[in-house]
Amino acid sequence: MSSTQDTRTPSTTPVALIVLAWLLVALPLAYGLFQTVKTAIPLFTG
Amino acid sequence: MAVPSFLAREKTIAAPGFNRWLIPPAALAVHLCIGQAYATSVYRPALSAEFQTSETAIGGIFSLAIVMLGLSAALFGTWVDRNGPRAAMFVAAVFWSAGFLVASVGISTGQLWLVYLGYGFIGGIGLGLGYISPVSTLIKWFPDRPGLATGMAIMGFGGGALIASPLSRQLLAGYGLDSTDATTLADTASGAVTMLFITLGLVYLVFMLFGSAIIRVPADGWKPDGFDPSTIKSKALVTTDSVSAANAIKTPQFWLLWVVLFCNVTAGIGILEQASPMIQDFFSSGAGAVTATAAAGFVGLLSLFNMGGRFVWSSTSDYIGRKPIYMVYLGVGLVMYLLLATLGSSSTVLFVLFAAVILSFYGGGFATVPAYLRDLFGTYQVGAIHGRLLTAWSAAGVAGPLIVNAFLDAAGDGERSAADYRPALFTMVCVLAVGFVANMLVKPVASKWHEPKDAPSTPERSTAR
Repeated sequence: MSSTQDTRTPSTTPVALIVLAWLLVALPLAYGLFQTVKTAIPLFTG
Repeated sequence: MAVPSFLAREKTIAAPGFNRWLIPPAALAVHLCIGQAYATSVYRPALSAEFQTSETAIGGIFSLAIVMLGLSAALFGTWVDRNGPRAAMFVAAVFWSAGFLVASVGISTGQLWLVYLGYGFIGGIGLGLGYISPVSTLIKWFPDRPGLATGMAIMGFGGGALIASPLSRQLLAGYGLDSTDATTLADTASGAVTMLFITLGLVYLVFMLFGSAIIRVPADGWKPDGFDPSTIKSKALVTTDSVSAANAIKTPQFWLLWVVLFCNVTAGIGILEQASPMIQDFFSSGAGAVTATAAAGFVGLLSLFNMGGRFVWSSTSDYIGRKPIYMVYLGVGLVMYLLLATLGSSSTVLFVLFAAVILSFYGGGFATVPAYLRDLFGTYQVGAIHGRLLTAWSAAGVAGPLIVNAFLDAAGDGERSAADYRPALFTMVCVLAVGFVANMLVKPVASKWHEPKDAPSTPERSTAR
């Protein structure tokens, strides 16, 4: 990724921050998915 | 209206080298929280018992929240574009959280109007601001894949219900709610739901403020490595010109898209609103009878397809185009509704399949519309235009349940069958046909609505005509 018309000092985004941010949203979502699938199973098994 | 300096848009402009993949989780942090609005059925019976009123009266709280979502998105869309996503997400977090806390006071003191004011009015404003706040930022960070970007965020709104439903059930049980019979439900509802609202309000505040803290906007002129804007321009209906929000609502394209969104949402709500009783009424006898537990699983499955459709279909639209994907949502959706009405009662698997596809198109319609707006009106004030378009959601939130309930009421009380639902389902077929025609009529926006080429590119300096 690049920036045009930007003369400020380049910096890099810490990989740890990106991983942390994705984990913070992915973990609750995984919990929700698991619970939903668990609830939906009786629909097909009776 | 000025904002404190730490929220100012200028403070959020990313330095060169910033990794844009930090933006989707920032957007998801907000949308996963406000998606709780789809999970209110968990505590609706408890609130109904606590206030000794009908579930319809309690449902009014959530209808008010959806109406406020559309109104606040329409009214404050320009403010969001001008002040940037951090300020908008911060204010959304405060309103959404405050809504829960005010409602919790209403529940603990037995004042229903405070629940309306808190969750419905104050929380509804947080919903609207939170919904639109990251969308235009994502479109600017991902000019090469706007459908993917908005799909990721708006998928979070669907995912929020997947999290909030089981979490609320577990928290309510933990706070002592006993729903085994009506008497104990009324006795334990107040304390448990009050504590649930306080917990959710505080957790959502922290989560949304995290999103607000890490969000950034790209510098003017920024583009991803290797991205050539001319490849986008070469696609049908896609403009590199800019249309202001004030001018956009004067174009037929805006109102055609309003009709498209209204029809798609109305049809989806037709299923969502009655999902649990509908499947039980379609399969009420014999070996294939669907129990209440299995019906709850069906509702969960629909949420899953609602969420998945937002990501999958919106991402697909980057490849096949926005107009064709809406032809699929509305055209194939229409066929699915017809099949549901005529063949749905023959097999549970078929019924679930047809309903799941319809709900995936419902979610896809929400997630793809910001990219459709970007294609037609440019990125200039796409957030504000999106906000105004969301009034279609509010209108559909009223019209969808009205249509379905009117037909069911006309069928009378007593045990229902698949035949009682058919008039409502066939009405939805007609609604989708109207949306299909509206989408077919969408053409590029006339050049008279474009901003002058030397006009400022950032919304905060806009001079909307």
